[in-house]
Amino acid sequence: MSDHEYTPTSKVGKWFNDRLPLLTLANHLTDYPTPKNLNYWWTFGGILTFCLITQIVTGLTLAMHYIAHADMAFESVEHIMRDVNYGWLIRYIHSNGASMFFLAVYIHIFRSLFYGSYKSPREIIWIIGIIIYLLMMAAAFMGYVLPWGQMSFWGATVITNLFSAIPLVGEGIVTWLWGGYSVDNPTLTRFFTLHYLIPFLILGLVVLHIWALHVPGNNNPVGIDIKKPSKDTVPFHPYIVIKDGFALLMFMIVFAFFVFYSPNILGHADNYIEANPMVTPAHIVPEWYLLPFYAILRSVPDKLLGVVAMLSAILILAVLPWLDTSKIRSAVFRPLYKQFYWILLADVLILGYMGAMPAEGLYLLIARVATAYYFLHFLVILPVLGFKEKTLPVPLSITEPVLGGSPNLATAKHNESFDK
Amino acid sequence: MSDKKPKRREFLFTASYAVGAVGVGAVVWPLVDQMNPDASVKALASTEVDVSSVKPGNTITVLWRGKPVFIRRRTPEEILEAKSVKMEDLKHPEKDEDRAKDPEWLVMLGVCTHLGCVPLNDKGDYDGWFCPCHGSHYDTSGRIRKGPAPLNMEVPKYEFVNANTIKIG
Amino acid sequence: MKVLINKVKNLIKLLSILALITFVTTHSNSAESAKLLKTDWSFKGLFGKFDRGALQRGYQVYTEVCASCHSMKYVSYRNLGEKGGPEFTEAEVKAIAASFEVTDGPNADGEMFVRPAKLSDKFVMPYENVKAAQAANGGAYPPDMSVLVKARGGGVDYIYSLLQGYEDAPSGMTLDEGVHYNKYMYGNKIMMSAPLSDDILEYGDGTKATVEQMSKDVTTFLMWAAEPHLESRHQMGFKAIIYLIILTILVYFSMKKIWSRVKSEV
Repeated sequence: MSDHEYTPTSKVGKWFNDRLPLLTLANHLTDYPTPKNLNYWWTFGGILTFCLITQIVTGLTLAMHYIAHADMAFESVEHIMRDVNYGWLIRYIHSNGASMFFLAVYIHIFRSLFYGSYKSPREIIWIIGIIIYLLMMAAAFMGYVLPWGQMSFWGATVITNLFSAIPLVGEGIVTWLWGGYSVDNPTLTRFFTLHYLIPFLILGLVVLHIWALHVPGNNNPVGIDIKKPSKDTVPFHPYIVIKDGFALLMFMIVFAFFVFYSPNILGHADNYIEANPMVTPAHIVPEWYLLPFYAILRSVPDKLLGVVAMLSAILILAVLPWLDTSKIRSAVFRPLYKQFYWILLADVLILGYMGAMPAEGLYLLIARVATAYYFLHFLVILPVLGFKEKTLPVPLSITEPVLGGSPNLATAKHNESFDK
Repeated sequence: MSDKKPKRREFLFTASYAVGAVGVGAVVWPLVDQMNPDASVKALASTEVDVSSVKPGNTITVLWRGKPVFIRRRTPEEILEAKSVKMEDLKHPEKDEDRAKDPEWLVMLGVCTHLGCVPLNDKGDYDGWFCPCHGSHYDTSGRIRKGPAPLNMEVPKYEFVNANTIKIG
Repeated sequence: MKVLINKVKNLIKLLSILALITFVTTHSNSAESAKLLKTDWSFKGLFGKFDRGALQRGYQVYTEVCASCHSMKYVSYRNLGEKGGPEFTEAEVKAIAASFEVTDGPNADGEMFVRPAKLSDKFVMPYENVKAAQAANGGAYPPDMSVLVKARGGGVDYIYSLLQGYEDAPSGMTLDEGVHYNKYMYGNKIMMSAPLSDDILEYGDGTKATVEQMSKDVTTFLMWAAEPHLESRHQMGFKAIIYLIILTILVYFSMKKIWSRVKSEV
């Protein structure tokens, strides 16, 4: 790390810092040299931190009123909405907060994909990020079960049944997950416990994510390694803090529109019907943020293979740093990759749309093509592109946008930074 | 740099901080207020009790707002005892007339004013109540006479709806 | 200038993705058979508020028509007098509550007893339980109406349309005994017979009780029942967003000032 030695000026500060170097940490965080060319797509890390804290705080307060019991959960949610002081506000922030969290995380991930932020030496940051994303999905899924509406119940039934695809032990695992022979009260109480636990695991992983980030420092739109601190960097405070703050406020305006003016638009009407184990809703879909994976699951006609395909679609991201063979990080200098990037984004959006549609006819066909392309992108296009693509010249530094560099130069620079 | 410039800059930052602080305050309030009694709890403010079956010298205990309320039909001796106490002997001077609208009926929260235990009926050195937690003695008017409790047992707002029914709250 | 254009482009990209997501979700949530009837709801929009008269009339329709089969178990009598609701006077709400009987107890003798309802009581249910409701209605459970509007894709428009959607079944369609044709119902078959007909009740305020009027009033009432805090939500939302915009502008200029120290575009 590029930290210079820090000594507190006050005596008390020094005494404390010698025993617990919190002031050194604070100094590191405020002075942390950040590339000065970071654009607004880089503000989503801060926004995600805000989302996590919002979910934890509103979640804690909701847990003070919610009752995790199959007979009382639905009623207790209505109690929160009607009687608890500001209960409706807190619940709508929490339920829409989940959607905003995923919106931000998808932008964060796709920013990373565009600028190659997952590449060496940032693989660990990326993998921790993928684990956070997985935990987010688990937390969101279990949170959606808690109101004990029809979608809660049937969503829980369908998702837990995914495990029954495992040969031999599948059925046993599902029974174990349920704590019974169907989704019922034991399932609800354990989901509540885990829903409460996971955000704190995420919080811990976020600390590791940032720690790992602060070792090599931020990637940047140009995607080159920069000296720190230098003319190319600015201290995190106040430059990046205020920029993140501005972006966060813009984000909060969108958030507020959902909470105050269409709080139920991202939810599903059936979840306002209390869970009924005897009737399945006519059209069952997961929340929007899980739709692409749902489409992949449905487009494979075999039960086990469908589950495998869905899981692989997520886990393939973990090995992405090794699938992408290009030495150039930023798509700005990769004309071909840039095209494929947008195609992938469109592909994922199409998958999402197909996930919301009934799995039949043309929808199913399109979903299958999109699924195939998704895997094609990661397994074939990316590895080949790294060798075949003719990249554009890369500048040597941010402040001197002179095209003095070449892809090889950037590589050399990159290797050099490793030799140190 | 001119003198004016930093001032304007400072104003902008101060304004941002001030407006931001107002927002944080506005967000904190709902998070605090959600722990206050909710609308359904507030709505359960009163309860009606039928006391026709209570005989003189007996106490019934009813639940009001989650706390026990003692309703005692006092005997003439108890009333006399309560009225004859001199004010200077009391730790928390209150006249019996001020505590019992109808001297025959004593209605009070059955909660010791020390640390909130429920005192025992017909116990203690003053023929009234005795708190087993830390040894507070109350007289036949529910007034503190001995022990650590600082105040008399609280008389809630109540009224006689008719001769047989008391409405508490 | 070029930077600004790029920024605007990015923002548009982001917003269109957001719009697409919202569209996909809402689209998938409301797969209906027929195009729903529309009317001007007073509670929609930035400053939307309930029409007090419609809520009071809607309550009348609910008690006199719907309540004989449909429960509303999460709403209490006290709610009828609360701000943002029908806002009956306290005396009116007390009289309304007292006109219902609830079973309470057990008393000191261990017996259950019947007493007039109090403000704190929930709306009295027409049936003891779901099974009793099904038994009395040919096997179909008349759904609880507390959150009905939120529990149906299409929301208020759907309920409003359904109430007016009774027609004779098209030729070729055979209906079982006790099943009715409704062009807005999922599958067009509904167990509930047409609940409203012109002048089925007499409004206290002299409004003419047409099917359309009653449908609108009772739907407004159901919307309030499902979202009793809708008015304060709209008011608070407007304030919150104005506040956020002001702070955003302040922070934007602060950011410009701070970044002017380094030679770079923000």
